[in-house]
Amino acid sequence: MTYFGKIFYGIKTLWTGMKVTGGYFFPNITRKKYVITRQYPDEPAVVFPRFKGEVVMWHNENNEHRCTGCQACEIACPNGSIEIIWKREVDPETGKKKKMLDQHIYHLSMCTMCSLCIQACPTNAIMWSTNFHNATYDRGLLTKVLNKPGSKLMAGVEE
Amino acid sequence: METNTQILSTEDLRSQEYFLNMGPQHPATHGVLRLLLTMDGEIVKNIEPDLGYIHRGIEKMVEYDTYRQIIHVTDRLDYLSSHMNNEAVALAIEKALEVEVSDRIKVIRTMMDELTRIASHLLWWGVMGMDIGALTTFMYAFRDREMINEIMEKTTGARLTMSYNIPGGVMFDLHPDFVKDVKAFIPHMRKVLPEYDRLLTGNIIFQRRMKGVGYLSAEDAISHGASGPVARGSGVRCDIRKKAPYSAYDRVEFDEIIETGGDNLARYQVRMREMYESLNILEQLVDNIPEGPYQMPMRTLIKLPKGEFYQRVETARGEFGVFIVSDGKKNPYRVKFRSPGFSNLNALIQAGRGVKLADLVAIMSTFDFVIPDIDR
Repeated sequence: MTYFGKIFYGIKTLWTGMKVTGGYFFPNITRKKYVITRQYPDEPAVVFPRFKGEVVMWHNENNEHRCTGCQACEIACPNGSIEIIWKREVDPETGKKKKMLDQHIYHLSMCTMCSLCIQACPTNAIMWSTNFHNATYDRGLLTKVLNKPGSKLMAGVEE
Repeated sequence: METNTQILSTEDLRSQEYFLNMGPQHPATHGVLRLLLTMDGEIVKNIEPDLGYIHRGIEKMVEYDTYRQIIHVTDRLDYLSSHMNNEAVALAIEKALEVEVSDRIKVIRTMMDELTRIASHLLWWGVMGMDIGALTTFMYAFRDREMINEIMEKTTGARLTMSYNIPGGVMFDLHPDFVKDVKAFIPHMRKVLPEYDRLLTGNIIFQRRMKGVGYLSAEDAISHGASGPVARGSGVRCDIRKKAPYSAYDRVEFDEIIETGGDNLARYQVRMREMYESLNILEQLVDNIPEGPYQMPMRTLIKLPKGEFYQRVETARGEFGVFIVSDGKKNPYRVKFRSPGFSNLNALIQAGRGVKLADLVAIMSTFDFVIPDIDR
């Protein structure tokens, strides 16, 4: 290839590439055809229902949860994100002492979102929330107690 | 009268070798990899990789985990092909327990594998363009990778570290939109892949950086244990999907991509053509997802029988192997991960000798390293 031939070949290949970018650029400035960037804080984020944000415990309107304190999630967790603190309480119906959930402590800072606790739960007490606004200035705020204060076990879960 | 060329002839020129640190904070190493280069002027004489900057002791760590808990750690090896890493462990455990999974699980796993492979190659394409100075490629690749990420997020709930496989199945069933989304993705991808070629492959600057640079012969590729697109770019047939089919790869038709150039351009072409093959596989499977359970019944606490179990899969970077030694307890006695990046790094020493320093960046890009995969 001659000297000038090489120059023209170089310009031709550059032009081929620039045609692709131009094909997107010019329709975009006239009628915003190919804009795909979502301006997140101004537009709402698209979050799908299965998104693994953080583990939450489901409570009904009477402030009752489904966790029996069986510690299956604590055993299934690979990195110690879940701690169950349980207590023995006297069952008012039978008068016997029974193992009850006191605090379901969840360390979000250690969680790897592997879903094993949710798979392990026999009573479907915990589930994923799609909340992703988890950034804090203090690491201590990432340790959460999942059962709400004053909540108790829903009737009929243990059968 | 002496001319300049006579003065600068190599016999008269006294040169001194010196060492140059490339990394661990060099942007072109894509992570914390340190290469100790022996340089003669601008020419690389020798490469000494220095590893361990992101060593997390995963192989030791999983000795204290139960078999279900191993899987989520393998996401963190080669995070761009996390689904294949998960699958390797799940297949090894199923092989040890002699569990036959349903056809639906096999097809789901294969489709997810191929989507992950395309996503990984797309990221590689965009980032490789950036490494050699073409910033536009990154935007194009990430636009299309976003479609795969959304498919993944809808079904598995995560975009990168999916932890989707479990021993004996997958964690959730497919999202109802999955088939529709994949069917929308395939024609889109077929449309944009020629666009990629127009944008970058034919470009004369790109061709000069790629053609004949970083030659790796087939013998060297074999002797250094290279696998994946690196070895296939040198003409070595090493596709595990063909050699030892797992999941649903024995029921789909696809070609093993071989290029014989051995240089940067050959490795580039292997990955570009592999994306077309992945689309072919997806196209064959998307209409034929069989009905069936997505999880096989397994015990909560899995105990493997005594023995040694090995399973290998083809990730986006090459052959990934899981070797489990079990002594019959609930956690493994020893786990060894054979990662593709570590062996490919050895082949880089061969391919990178005698090139210019700027070309070494291009060679590293076509080798497509993921540093957590090398260090584990």
